[in-house]
Amino acid sequence: MIRDFGLLEVMSILQGMWTTLALSAVAFIGGGVFGTLVALARTSAWKWLRALAGAYIDFFQGTPMLMQLFLVYYGLPVFGYHVSAWTAVAIGLTLHASAFLGEIWRGGIQAVPKGQSEAASALGLGYVSRMRDVVLPQAVKLSFAPTIGFLVQLIKGTSLAAIIGFVELSRSAQIAASTTYKPLIAYGLAAACYFAICFPLSRLSARYERRFATNT
Amino acid sequence: MTYQFDFGVLLPYWPQFLHACLLTLWLAATAVVCGFVIGIATVLARRSGMAVLRAVALSYIEVIRNTPFLVQVFFIFFGLPTIGISFTPWTAAFIALSLNCGAFSAEIIRGGVDSIPRGQFEAGAALGLTPLQVFRYIILKPALRIIYPALSGQFILALLTTSIVSSISAEELTSTAQLIDSDLFRSFEIYIVATLLYFALSMIFSFIFKGIDRAFFSYPIK
Repeated sequence: MIRDFGLLEVMSILQGMWTTLALSAVAFIGGGVFGTLVALARTSAWKWLRALAGAYIDFFQGTPMLMQLFLVYYGLPVFGYHVSAWTAVAIGLTLHASAFLGEIWRGGIQAVPKGQSEAASALGLGYVSRMRDVVLPQAVKLSFAPTIGFLVQLIKGTSLAAIIGFVELSRSAQIAASTTYKPLIAYGLAAACYFAICFPLSRLSARYERRFATNT
Repeated sequence: MTYQFDFGVLLPYWPQFLHACLLTLWLAATAVVCGFVIGIATVLARRSGMAVLRAVALSYIEVIRNTPFLVQVFFIFFGLPTIGISFTPWTAAFIALSLNCGAFSAEIIRGGVDSIPRGQFEAGAALGLTPLQVFRYIILKPALRIIYPALSGQFILALLTTSIVSSISAEELTSTAQLIDSDLFRSFEIYIVATLLYFALSMIFSFIFKGIDRAFFSYPIK
């Protein structure tokens, strides 16, 4: 034991919580932007584009998130990009999120009745306007619950950044555990922080899921 | 770009990779089976008459589902020994993954049970079947059919989650890759191979599960 578990440890774990929130936000927004493209590609009229997006989704859903982070973290320097752990983790999580969100929104787009896009075509709307003004708003509404559900997975997934040494909530708990030799308190506190973030989101997702279930 | 890819140096390590794949599969399979049993027990506890039991089951589900697996593993492997409960890395990994699968299975199983209309139970009883017969001949197959996709997805998810237990150096595919990496310092190649192995495993199993789905669960509902 180097020092006692005190205010400093609590503060550093709370600091880690902010980093976790920031990382989750970056990954979710980045994943949302690219995820939209993946979803559009997955539902496009071109077969090759659908297949490409399908392979992209399969890859990210069929390999461990930790491996995806490792590949980005060790892979970028190989291609001559020496980036910080922050950037590597943010890129890895963004790619991961884009595949999962793409698949969720693909389901949403396909759940919008075909008559909607046919009617939009009949009114003379082009692809961009048809998607932006008619299909996507409905698709987003339909897939709201699974999107929030995935956000919870993503927030929990940011903990893997700790394994490659990025200091966020889990890593700061790890550091506190090893300097104070009080792992039970350190990891318990970290778990409580994650729970405080994820539990309300899970509730929200479940409530929307029920609301949608009763509507249909 | 000056980096020279060299996958050849990994060839002599193939028995280790193969062994690691088997360990990963073994960990995932045992934890999913154990998790399924925990899941059934949790569903029964949630439907029990005792409020304490219901509260315990609900807290278990929510705590596990809303905290990262990594923290659960650390809590069990590093935290519990300070109060005198210690495990080997492999046991800690197995316990953590089983508890994790248990909470997710519980939600899946509950969904399956809830989806069977009450009338089905009542109709069975009206035909003079015992509760066990009602379950065996009326409820089981439609309930399984409903939870089957989620349950088989759970196995693949567990397979991918096992990579996280490398952080407590339980021996499986990721930790084996890390070990080989410390020999060769060819991180990128090694992790590409490990990633492809995970991908192959999950593709093979999703193919098998789809086959089972077609053979046993694809009959018209209405």
